[in-house]
Amino acid sequence: MRPSGALVGVAPFFVYTTVFLLIPTIVVVVGAFADGSGRPTLDNVAALGGANSSFLPALQHSVVLSLVTALAGAVIGAVLAYAVSTARPDGLLKRFITSLCGVLAQFGGVALAFAFMATFSIQGFLTVWLNSLGLDTGSSIWLYQWDKGLMLVYLYFQIPLMLIVFLPAVEGIKPQWREATETLGGTTWTYWTKVAGPILLPSFIGATLLLFTNAFSAYATAAALISQASPIVPLQIAGTFTSEVILGQENVGKAMALAMVVVVALVMWVYAALDKRASRWLVR
Amino acid sequence: MSTRHTERRKRAALRWTVIGLTLVFFLIPLYGMLEFTTRDLINGGRTGKFWTTLVDVPQVTERYPALAEGFASSMALALITVVVMLLLLVPTMTWVRLRLPGLTRTVEFICLLPLTVPAIVLVVGLTPVYAWVTYLLGEGTVWLGLAYVILVLPYAYRSLDAGLRAIDVKTLSEAARSLGASWLRVMWQIVLPNLRTAVLSASFLSVALVLGEFTIANLFSRKNLQVAMFELGKSDGQLSVAVGLASLVFAFVVLFAMSFVGRKEKS
Amino acid sequence: MTATPSPAASRGTEVRLTDLTRVYPGNVRALDGFTLHIAPGEFVALLGPSGCGKTTALRLLAGLEDADGGTIEVGGRDVTNVPTSKRDMGMVFQAYSLFPHMTARQNVEFGLQLRKQDKATRHGRAADMLDLVGLSKQADRYAHQMSGGQQQRVALARALAIEPQVLLLDEPLSALDAKVRSQLRDEIRRIQLEVGTTTLFVTHDQEEALAVADRVGVMNAGRLEQLASPAQLYKNPATPFVADFVGLTNRLHCRVAGGVAQVLGGAVPLLAGSAGDGLAIVLVRPEGVTIAPVGSGGSGGSGGAAATVVSASFLGASGKIVARLESSEGVGDLVSVQVDNTDVTAYAPGQRVLLAPRGDAALAVSAT
Repeated sequence: MRPSGALVGVAPFFVYTTVFLLIPTIVVVVGAFADGSGRPTLDNVAALGGANSSFLPALQHSVVLSLVTALAGAVIGAVLAYAVSTARPDGLLKRFITSLCGVLAQFGGVALAFAFMATFSIQGFLTVWLNSLGLDTGSSIWLYQWDKGLMLVYLYFQIPLMLIVFLPAVEGIKPQWREATETLGGTTWTYWTKVAGPILLPSFIGATLLLFTNAFSAYATAAALISQASPIVPLQIAGTFTSEVILGQENVGKAMALAMVVVVALVMWVYAALDKRASRWLVR
Repeated sequence: MSTRHTERRKRAALRWTVIGLTLVFFLIPLYGMLEFTTRDLINGGRTGKFWTTLVDVPQVTERYPALAEGFASSMALALITVVVMLLLLVPTMTWVRLRLPGLTRTVEFICLLPLTVPAIVLVVGLTPVYAWVTYLLGEGTVWLGLAYVILVLPYAYRSLDAGLRAIDVKTLSEAARSLGASWLRVMWQIVLPNLRTAVLSASFLSVALVLGEFTIANLFSRKNLQVAMFELGKSDGQLSVAVGLASLVFAFVVLFAMSFVGRKEKS
Repeated sequence: MTATPSPAASRGTEVRLTDLTRVYPGNVRALDGFTLHIAPGEFVALLGPSGCGKTTALRLLAGLEDADGGTIEVGGRDVTNVPTSKRDMGMVFQAYSLFPHMTARQNVEFGLQLRKQDKATRHGRAADMLDLVGLSKQADRYAHQMSGGQQQRVALARALAIEPQVLLLDEPLSALDAKVRSQLRDEIRRIQLEVGTTTLFVTHDQEEALAVADRVGVMNAGRLEQLASPAQLYKNPATPFVADFVGLTNRLHCRVAGGVAQVLGGAVPLLAGSAGDGLAIVLVRPEGVTIAPVGSGGSGGSGGAAATVVSASFLGASGKIVARLESSEGVGDLVSVQVDNTDVTAYAPGQRVLLAPRGDAALAVSAT
């Protein structure tokens, strides 16, 4: 019988996470189905799908934005990861790229938004330079649209994130597998299609899913770039903080948050399953 | 004789092309920031005045009090987040490893849960919690750190877990206990010193995350570095962009330096 | 030279490595003028410490690295510039041999799949190979579900499935437990004799090399020091390095005169290549020394050299007594003596004993 005294040692942790993590989650989940006075209702959820609601289009935009940047970021990031993996393990180049990607992937969207505005806006240096070459770049409104400028900015942190998440998998490929393929008569093509490709596929898909949730959950970049309208879900949720509280719709924000959690949780669950399989094959 | 040499040369060429192109893509916006912040809009040409202003602390405090306040707040936030994170995680993780191994999965699940609960969702659920925090501790920005600890949990947990696994805590503590040390002494004198790299790594990741956090601070109307920078952008574009670039470069230098520290300790 | 007359000789392919050189950046000569001829169906082991070039030689033969000089001929055909995928060789690696995402069966079938064989033929051949290595029941298991020894067996089956001209084994047993190692090495030898493929086996374990090979090549610093049958290597080492590396040796101070070393109160005939007259160090094997308790009647006409027992160890099949010499040229030297396992108990630390040479020839080197 383990002494119950030992449980005291972990009590602070459980108390803290209950207060700051579990309770907020419960607030969101329960609040989504409660009205202003706390009584159970489906009105909030219904309001999301309503004719006047801008939520469903925003949800669609969020999914498209996340999907496109996840796929593009995954492919480009994977190629980059392969290129970096062939560099010297302790070399300066690898450290430089990995640190740079660490910063860009996780550091925060406001600075990134500024960077793109400084480059691509009407006064941005790239726009000015292209104009001086005679190229008409039109208005710079595209930069502030969710399906053009925002996507480009999102790529800016999706590719680095892919590198960070996928590089360990690429490095987990043992040189013996390539050599065995060669001795058995395989070419580079057979190696990639029959050996390395299949081995890396679970990790690749898993990383893509991670990129999806990353884009789906991002707020800061969009907030800094898009000041009017809320074309994506995080901006919609933020809107509930600042807009007037409509009677009967006090908890719609929570319903939106719940919708987000459901999407993200689903994707993360698939990711976890894939990760388990990948870790069996690639001894990391 | 030359087939393998040409293959290696081809691979190196591919590597440099891919990395080169990607670096160009990454560096263009950063250069854009530098270019923008050195423009002299009044006289044309270049000026370094925004950069000199940044390092001139008294001037910043006087003319841009919001920025100074934001910066100071973020520093305090980074400190409190790291301290609370370490106080919470290191004893708990060691304790679980040594005395309650059955709880490992539960603790791991909780620590990785924030990956599924984005900041934007967390902030919705934290509203009532922070009503209490404000009631008990006041409106200071620094209390956001309590929520930030949750945000850094997954990254800190992974770092510390790798560190604990590498030093085989069980054997070390059993050896110390057999020599008569109390649990507290084991934690303080045996475990912690050996976890130095993992603790540093977890702390650096936390600092980077805290300095870059915008969502919770913005929606709770508190002023940290990112929020201050964002608001400054509405009035003083060039200076705010300079702050942004400076923070990115700073974070890069920190991560780059950290990549060397880890290696040395490993050997 | 071979243990049994091998009918496989008619099936195997001849391998000729001539004057191979491989230089790494920084002017490191991994291989320096290496020449080796392997007869059809022969099992040759390359033995040596890390960095001696044995693995480099194997990899050059496989085509995984390019030689900087010299030629490689397999079955009379010059393959020096032929890429690996066209050399038709089967290879087993030290670790991570198997493809992790394929079952044992799929691993074995892989080479056959690349050769566009139809399903039925592939299945049949894979089944035969798995049967040969005794793993038919594990056919649908993945690498991570098998032990190290099983993985290496599947790797062997996979390498042999394509009926290669040469079988290459790069320290295949080094990552395994001791017991599995000795079982598997006998298996490998049995299978090789049955299939008859010319085989090159690389190892740093001299016991392993001696146990399985028809001939063993001892390598040092990129060069071949001696290539001979295991028995020859053991009894007639050509150089001090070989004498030291293969089997156990005692290094005893002695005096050489007229092709004979005076040591342990007796005479040891010297092998060709030994040092000239004067002070020298003679390399005597533990089984080349006799031991008897003082006062038990001696161990030969000359009476032997006095020594004191330092330790007596029971090694299972035999025993080892270590004693410190008190007299003769090598005073102070520690001598390891092999004894029957039943005799070990007769000796205890501190006991006075008499040592004498048995008369086996040995190599002597100058005492610098």
